Amino acid sequence: MSSPSPLPSAADDNDQKPSRLIGEHVPPTPYHQPPPLRLRVEIALVAAIALLLVVLLPLLNLHGTVSDFTINLWGKYLCYALLALSVDLLWGYTGLLSLGQALFFSLGGYMMGMHLMLMIGKLGQYKSDIPDFMVFLGHTTLPDFWKPFQSFPFAVAMVFLVPGILSAVFGYLAFRSRIKGVYFSILTQALTYGAALLFFRNDLMMGGNNGFTDFKTLLGADIRSPDTLRVLYLSTAVVLLSVYLGRRWLSNTKFGLVQQAVRDGENRVLFSGYAAGHFKLFVFILSALIASVGGALYVGQVGIINPGEMTPDKSLEAVVWVAVGGRATLFGPIVGAIGINALKSYATRAFPDLWLIILGGLFILVVLFLPGGIVSIPGKLAAAWKKFRTRNNET
Amino acid sequence: MPHPILNVEDVSKTYDGFKAISNLNFYLYEGELRTVIGPNGAGKSTFFDLISGRAKPDTGTLRFGDNTDLTRLNEYEISRLGIGRKFQTPSVFVEHTVWNNMVLSLAGSRGVFASLFQKLDSTGRDRIDELLKLVRLHDKRYWKSGQLAHGEKQWLEIAMLLAMQPRVLLLDEPAAGMTDEETHRTGELLLSLAGKHSLIVIEHDMAFVRQIARDGTVTVLHQGSVLCEGHFDEVQSNPKVRQVYLGRGKTT
Repeated sequence: MSSPSPLPSAADDNDQKPSRLIGEHVPPTPYHQPPPLRLRVEIALVAAIALLLVVLLPLLNLHGTVSDFTINLWGKYLCYALLALSVDLLWGYTGLLSLGQALFFSLGGYMMGMHLMLMIGKLGQYKSDIPDFMVFLGHTTLPDFWKPFQSFPFAVAMVFLVPGILSAVFGYLAFRSRIKGVYFSILTQALTYGAALLFFRNDLMMGGNNGFTDFKTLLGADIRSPDTLRVLYLSTAVVLLSVYLGRRWLSNTKFGLVQQAVRDGENRVLFSGYAAGHFKLFVFILSALIASVGGALYVGQVGIINPGEMTPDKSLEAVVWVAVGGRATLFGPIVGAIGINALKSYATRAFPDLWLIILGGLFILVVLFLPGGIVSIPGKLAAAWKKFRTRNNET
Repeated sequence: MPHPILNVEDVSKTYDGFKAISNLNFYLYEGELRTVIGPNGAGKSTFFDLISGRAKPDTGTLRFGDNTDLTRLNEYEISRLGIGRKFQTPSVFVEHTVWNNMVLSLAGSRGVFASLFQKLDSTGRDRIDELLKLVRLHDKRYWKSGQLAHGEKQWLEIAMLLAMQPRVLLLDEPAAGMTDEETHRTGELLLSLAGKHSLIVIEHDMAFVRQIARDGTVTVLHQGSVLCEGHFDEVQSNPKVRQVYLGRGKTT
């Protein structure tokens, strides 16, 4: 009796195909890839969720089944998911715990907000050409640095340039001095706190503690209309999907290998000839840009941006989303950001005084009992089921 | 005499008032396998730190090959010149597979942007296969390197160094934590590398030193400078060396 597929033999050892001898470690390519079954499940899952978020939800909203309020709320969640992805790219994949990612998120919001403020035109409370808060402060002309923000493309360029340059300068100085671990966290926290204090000041001409609000139009369309909000939601969903796919691609390149190697053994990276600092700088700038795009999409949908968004506790919250969802996973930060914010929307109405305690408790529970986060639950259940099955088979 | 590939002249390094290296002179010749021994605190690891760019000397010169000044370069620049270092405790990327550890070490471009689009070609793949077979880790090439035994991690790190095609290999106690048989095999491997590469091996295990230093020179470090240098038997019978190892503190 001969079996069609021969058992693996020592002769198979030379080919590049995964060998059964190796058990669970069977990447088919030189770079790490998850086993085929997991890959197929993941692709199916991602495709289903992408279809739901990018196609189904907007269509149902157009049809009237999903309310405008829900679409708007989910738009906000997806912006937060972008912030969470930016935190995880740094913390999960590179081992750099940044407590200042909300700064870049807010800066993106402010840059887009400046354009939206100018688009109010004479529709503001004071019926003036310049934003209300400037009139209130006694100004009659628009400051020079505000003028180019009349142009939407300029504002979009600034969404990339301002956080990009700030993160490049800060990252260059921090990584050149080889600032690591908790010192890096403290410095990024100080940076966002300093920026928040600066933005609270009226003489910065960025709206002081009220920030920017009362937007009217975006590219000529009424910014509060269901159609505009649906387009904004759709843009956010598409951006989120692209960032997810981009990150997926990145983690399978040699760059991704170096990035994780920096996290697990920076010394070996240096002594293997890689300038670890350059890699960290690249990741830091990339994360700042992802957060900033999230912020730019956020401001139009939420209708307000103020310095409260860049205080250190906002950055900490994003770290909690990542930890609860699953650090160093592609999907975890998105699950964490949406899950916790959905819980927050509910809990701040049902138990307004308890929300922070619930959030803190959730964080402690995850750290103690579920270090892999929510996304590690299916794997744990599968392992428990397998154990249960083998035990039953033995008896 | 062949050309020295590494010239260390009059080098001193002080940590908080403690002279870890003091007026050290050391020459390594092309293709040589040099063994460095010395009691604890003799400055052996500091010596490697200075060559590999982890620490900078207070005074003195460190030159590599055709007069490259090593004191001006940092770790990754020195590594790119072709000086590979293996640490005392094995340092491999524990979350990566054995194979990916090798991919990261393979000689080639080290730039950020190059790494985004670099692919492993068949030459590189063959080279990795060959090196993993050399250190007998080919069957475990898809294991996470964190799952390897201590001695296997040491071998992986040696294979990683070789993948970088270095001219000089600095090996800090490469046989630590290995069984006698593994230690012997490591010794044979190092002996086979001499000639193609230049090696400096720091070691404590005297049986291992006897094995690898059978044709080469042994340097004894003591209090940050060279106490004596020579063939293993000469060094072993040197009264100063015996005093340093056995009678420390009793005679001054």
